[in-house]
Amino acid sequence: MLYRENGQFKTSYAADQQIFPIFQERWAMALLLLVAFVVLPLVGSEYWFRAILIPFLILSLAALGLNILVGYCGQISLGTGAFMAVGAYAAYNFMVRIDGMPLIVAMLLGGLSATVIGVLFGIPSLRIKGLYLAVATLAAQFFTDWAFLRIGWFTNNSSSGSVSMARLDVFGLPIESPVTKYLFVLTVVCVFALMAKNLVRSAVGRQWMAIRDMDVAAAVIGIRPMYAKLSAFAVSSFIVGVAGVLWAFIHLGAWEPAAFSIDRSFQLLFMVIIGGLGSISGAFLGAAFIVLLPLALDQVPHLLGIPLSTATITHLVHMIFGALIVFFLIVEPHGLAKLWSVGKQKLRLWPFPH
Amino acid sequence: MNMTDMNSAAAATPSGRRQGEVILDLQNISLRFGGVKALTDISFNIREHEIRSIIGPNGAGKSSMLNVINGVYHPQEGRILYRGEERRRLEPYMAARQGIARTFQNIALFKGMSVLDNIMTGRNLKMKSNIFQQALYWGAAQQEEIAHREKVEEVIDFLEIQNVRKTPVGQLPYGLQKRVELGRALAAEPSLLLLDEPMAGMNVEEKQDMCRFILDVNDQFGTTIVLIEHDMGVVMDISDRVVVLDYGKKIGDGAPDEVRNNEDVISAYLGTSH
Amino acid sequence: MGFFLETLFGGLMAGMLYSLIALGFVLIYKASGVFNFAQGAMVLFAALAMSRFAEWIPQWLGFESLLLANLLAFIAAMALMVVLAWAIERLCLSKLVNQEGITLLMATLGIAYFLDGFGQTLFGSDIYNINVGMPKDPAFILEGMFEGGVMISKEDLVAAVIAALLVVVLALFFQKTKTGRALRAVADDHQAAQSIGIPLNKIWVIVWSVAGFAALVAGIIWGSKLGVQFTLSLVALKALPVVILGGLTSVPGAIIGGLIIGVGEKLSEIYIGPMLGGGIEIWFAYVLALGFLLVRPQGLFGEKIIDRV
Repeated sequence: MLYRENGQFKTSYAADQQIFPIFQERWAMALLLLVAFVVLPLVGSEYWFRAILIPFLILSLAALGLNILVGYCGQISLGTGAFMAVGAYAAYNFMVRIDGMPLIVAMLLGGLSATVIGVLFGIPSLRIKGLYLAVATLAAQFFTDWAFLRIGWFTNNSSSGSVSMARLDVFGLPIESPVTKYLFVLTVVCVFALMAKNLVRSAVGRQWMAIRDMDVAAAVIGIRPMYAKLSAFAVSSFIVGVAGVLWAFIHLGAWEPAAFSIDRSFQLLFMVIIGGLGSISGAFLGAAFIVLLPLALDQVPHLLGIPLSTATITHLVHMIFGALIVFFLIVEPHGLAKLWSVGKQKLRLWPFPH
Repeated sequence: MNMTDMNSAAAATPSGRRQGEVILDLQNISLRFGGVKALTDISFNIREHEIRSIIGPNGAGKSSMLNVINGVYHPQEGRILYRGEERRRLEPYMAARQGIARTFQNIALFKGMSVLDNIMTGRNLKMKSNIFQQALYWGAAQQEEIAHREKVEEVIDFLEIQNVRKTPVGQLPYGLQKRVELGRALAAEPSLLLLDEPMAGMNVEEKQDMCRFILDVNDQFGTTIVLIEHDMGVVMDISDRVVVLDYGKKIGDGAPDEVRNNEDVISAYLGTSH
Repeated sequence: MGFFLETLFGGLMAGMLYSLIALGFVLIYKASGVFNFAQGAMVLFAALAMSRFAEWIPQWLGFESLLLANLLAFIAAMALMVVLAWAIERLCLSKLVNQEGITLLMATLGIAYFLDGFGQTLFGSDIYNINVGMPKDPAFILEGMFEGGVMISKEDLVAAVIAALLVVVLALFFQKTKTGRALRAVADDHQAAQSIGIPLNKIWVIVWSVAGFAALVAGIIWGSKLGVQFTLSLVALKALPVVILGGLTSVPGAIIGGLIIGVGEKLSEIYIGPMLGGGIEIWFAYVLALGFLLVRPQGLFGEKIIDRV
């Protein structure tokens, strides 16, 4: 069936306010979910889950959280890794110190801890803007790097500085095999993505965007800058914290503070920029791109018979990311997501564009 | 000109609109930025339901005056009485809560959002659901969203911008952007509406449309309007009373006819006294 | 007391280098309103170029003089930095005129990433040396006052003198030359400067070249002390709090801020560090700057920011 909205008239505001107002899109989404939840678990190999799908989903979630702050509320953060770390280490401590702590509760508590720290470091945003905020969030990054390395209590006095989580289960179902891990992560990501989408199309989301686009005008129509900014910091760091828990518990299993270093923070920011500032799907597109590019650079030349060294790949990845970021900022600040929607728009009118 | 003259002058208005009590009373307002005096000892009042214009040459302090009224700037001296109560250190969002809305001289729309969303932000104060309900988008939150959407659609109908409701405001022509900005202010159902040069840069037709909207708002909803405008024809036509500023000082105040014949005002505009 | 003074001097020397990098930040911010995250990557890039050219040029031309090699390498590296400045202006900045600060900041992050990858692809990614004949042995001063005197590194001393010279040269350049005056005009008001016929693009190339020069000097000093390697790029992150502390628009602020951070880091590491488990050097500067930011957002010497509606 052609992708068209002709003849699809909306008779109520509820129908007009759906996430996917065009029914072809609803079908496409249902199909995507079907593939993700049913087909992939049946056909996917362990390598797919471990090396591609699980990291992709978790990083998408973290990028989603960051996008709320940067893309929707216009507040920069260079300390996303720090808030992931807070989530991971807090959840770890809840699990280790409280007997019988369920994984999901620990995950949410980890998210809440990240919220508290996020709001704390977000307070300077009430007085300062842009680059100053970059410095404040960098302070969060360096401070947590140090705290989780040097303060023994956080790691339960682990002698190596590394901590690990084994034998996870949800409602009695063990989360051990790559497929169950994948399904668990997928479920969490879908739930959070839906809630994030709901927020950005509600009053709170409009407040964030209003503050981003013109803060004085926002205040003049009755939006409290403090409430809007801090709620963005809170929601963003909650999601990022949960992503941190997943990254540590599910993807890594055993980890050190280096897993949440400043490189992680930059990587997430790049996902948001390349995927699209201020869009939910952008977080997924950006994460997919950044996860897949190094793999592609490794695999494709290999298949062509000109394998590249690891160092060369790292440098190439750096150059491509850097160039793409500048490219997208100049040409299309709304990133891949915007290119996607422009494509859809064209398709909608195809083959008669006028 | 003294205060009693001014008040009696206000009783007879060109349009014959009924005027209420004094809603906002500004007394001896002075505002400085560092050593620069933006406003010096300015007093005037605004009555309910009237259209009150502020005119003056560029740099006279007109926009600063609006910024004082809705709390963007805080004057160093003077008293402001709103509905009989003196207010202190008011922040802009608090002014909005008290029913003061405004538009800006340089369009201040949220350029990344659609027309609909821009106007919806005007309803923000009236939305009661919390962040958790909104995250679920279920029950009360969804119904609230729909109820406010209906109100916003009324504003959209009123301003005749139905065909662009889903367009990002950045893509609209200038005149329409001004209209959307008025819509955002109207969506808040303000009792006092501050308009900073709503017709600047418009052609005659667009000006006529805008005049009609302003008069309709005033007429249908009884909204009190404070208007800054350079087009003297418009000002004299639609205002009930006019206050004239020059170099941050008040040089005239009264009904349009009075102001038109005021010596100081004429010389300020023709530049003879400087 | 002798130990305290040693720490103090050590901190001042380290601070001088922070100042040099901060200077690059300030120059670019003043002239183009861009908060240049790529300054660290430029230091790495310049240092890599310097060290590798010093190695390659004698091979290409077949001579052995270290002095000549360094001289030619310096010229080549500087030329490369000018080309880089031109490319950045052409390909990036000129297309982002009038964008918000946050966008420009993210763009320079992209430039930083690109430069890191590009530099290491061109010049290799091992650890390289820069040998410009800096004295490596320590000196002892104030031997009359303390037993054994106070040990300071001669290398640091030379570096500090070079850094101080650079600051003086830049100050003269800004105050006395025609280009310097144009730069200051641009810093004050882009549009006004443009309207009296100052070509913005040219000015930006010059500013980025000057910042590239500062990066080269910092890279040489730092590289000859610790070797040229990827971590150099991260040194710039140390210089961020310096600029915040000193004020984004102030050259003296960059210098004094650098000294404060350098000294503060070393002293706090020695005297407070042990109480907190050590290693506090990595965040001390940031927390100091952050605390300061809340009290005085414009920094020590920065201009007060007034938002107008």
